[in-house]
Amino acid sequence: MSEVDYQRVVYPYRRGPDQDAHARGQLACHPVAVVGAGPVGLTAAIDLALQGVPVVLLNDDGRLSVGSRALCFSKRTLEILDRLGCGQRLVDKGVSWNVGRVFFRDEQVYRFDLLAESGHQRPAFVNLQQYYVEGFLVERALELPLIDLRWHHRVTGLEQHGDGVTLSIDTPEGPYALRADHVVACDGSRSTLRRLIGQESHGRTFKDRFLIADVRMNAPFPAERWFWFDPPFHPGQSVLLHRQPDGVWRIDFQLGWDADPALEKQPARILPRVRTLMREASIAAGGDGQVPDIELVWASVYTFACMRMDSFRHGRLLFAGDAAHGVSPFGARGANSGIQDADNLAWKLAAVVQGRAPDALLDRYAREREMAADENILNSTRSTDFITPKSEVSRLFRDATLTLARDFDFARRLVNSGRLSVPTTAYGAVATDAPIHLEGRDDWLLRQMRPGRFTALIFDAPPSADRGQRASVGPEWGLGVLEGSPMPRGEPAPGLAQWTVPVLVHIDDALDPQGLVRTRYNAEPGLVVLLRPDQHVCARLHRPTAADIEAAMRRALGRDVVLEEVSACP
Amino acid sequence: MSLITASHFDAGDDFYEALIAAHHGLEPAQSHAFNARLILLLANHIGRQDVLLEALSAAARALPAPSTEALTPGSASPRGQA
Repeated sequence: MSEVDYQRVVYPYRRGPDQDAHARGQLACHPVAVVGAGPVGLTAAIDLALQGVPVVLLNDDGRLSVGSRALCFSKRTLEILDRLGCGQRLVDKGVSWNVGRVFFRDEQVYRFDLLAESGHQRPAFVNLQQYYVEGFLVERALELPLIDLRWHHRVTGLEQHGDGVTLSIDTPEGPYALRADHVVACDGSRSTLRRLIGQESHGRTFKDRFLIADVRMNAPFPAERWFWFDPPFHPGQSVLLHRQPDGVWRIDFQLGWDADPALEKQPARILPRVRTLMREASIAAGGDGQVPDIELVWASVYTFACMRMDSFRHGRLLFAGDAAHGVSPFGARGANSGIQDADNLAWKLAAVVQGRAPDALLDRYAREREMAADENILNSTRSTDFITPKSEVSRLFRDATLTLARDFDFARRLVNSGRLSVPTTAYGAVATDAPIHLEGRDDWLLRQMRPGRFTALIFDAPPSADRGQRASVGPEWGLGVLEGSPMPRGEPAPGLAQWTVPVLVHIDDALDPQGLVRTRYNAEPGLVVLLRPDQHVCARLHRPTAADIEAAMRRALGRDVVLEEVSACP
Repeated sequence: MSLITASHFDAGDDFYEALIAAHHGLEPAQSHAFNARLILLLANHIGRQDVLLEALSAAARALPAPSTEALTPGSASPRGQA
């Protein structure tokens, strides 16, 4: 199978009808424009399109990510991309891992397993160069006719109106403008859109420099995350090793603030560092210290800041990903949190655009993801302070913790080489996945959800013979709670708009033979767990009626407050 | 529960002697590292965040935090500092 060279591919510029309209003096109008075709913008565009919203996706050039960059994609990201139809490609191409090892000076202090429990479809993390993720998302986007992906269309100006945003766009053929009811800014840490509205991210910049070296080599190490504090081959600093696909390894060296970025990027500086590390790492892994042939693939010297915009919403303009917030790389909370922003925003924006929810629901996007950003910033700042102590006493306690970690469990839990990305629970937990048995085959719970739809997990609805005890959800929607029915999910009866009804998943012995769904949801018979379209739990109800569930959906859609302003679903 | 500031040792003088003896022969840097390990071990043993924060604040003021026990009417008067 021939594979696209995602590192070199340049997507072509194309002239679109909006430019012809502009030439005629007309302004094309769209419901949603997404700016930036990185992982976050692509996720937002695909999610919106799957919910029936047409999207213009603008990117300033025709290239994918230069260098491996984000690299570590979390279980939650895989679940989101599964929902969008491309998670499997990441897993197939990527290096799955669950185990990390932490070394202090010349010995291992402990090892951890991020997913010690079985019965999960996805690993804790997949390592994959960012350009593959973007390439796979681009190919998914190109399958969806509702996405108008415009390469080499660079936003240069922005004007907000009460009911929309006009974007000025530059192209190889000259400028044009378009109008969108809503604009999603996913244009990265140096966001043009953020600058155009005069906003800045606020936070803390760290005075330290790090070197990323991607090297190709035939090394015998397992697919694990290895982190060294103060190793003999790089005294006083930290080093992180990750395996990538294509025989490439990511090595991250802390350099200190005084390092010269131009000098440190030179292969003549990098390769001896890598060889020394490989010799030590080989010995640590029980090898003979042989150093394989090493080829430098990509290198970058970076600094970072933990910061965010005060508000992720500015009228009709919504910020997501690095445009809205920045974190340190320790913990893989950058791209993963950005993809979670898109996951949170897309169903809300679709509901607003389609008249199913009030505009105020977009404020809830901003509030929820601002909370998530604060949590990510807190975690990544703490990791950074542990990894790169800024005072003598900070280093003293850091080293004391690492010393105690060899012998004591409590100290291992204090060791902070990066609190690896897990979704926030600040606004409701993400639905936990579990294996299920469906129509004679093995499947997964989260796979039963449908784009833009709420899902009701109905636990052990009593049989219909026991009418007094029976959970009443179902009949009102023409679904019925069928006795002994294997029907795990329901579609509404003819004439009912599917948006108004959750997908119904009946959890019983047939669907959940291992009982893992019921254990993970701590379920009693008659429990109904309502999941938002982004798979977050928004209600736990005991033997609810259909009206109870509808009320919970209305609350999640922000319709409880301003119900009268919202027309009924068409 | 709040930070216990009344004497709580089984044998305070014995502990004090053992603490000083543990530092015997250590260079100042080694003593600092020893103290850091000791603080972490004891902090984990205490565990409760409210008590630990009270201890941090009490140490910062170099004075015991006011004890609610001591303020309870009818309780024995706080032990003297002598």
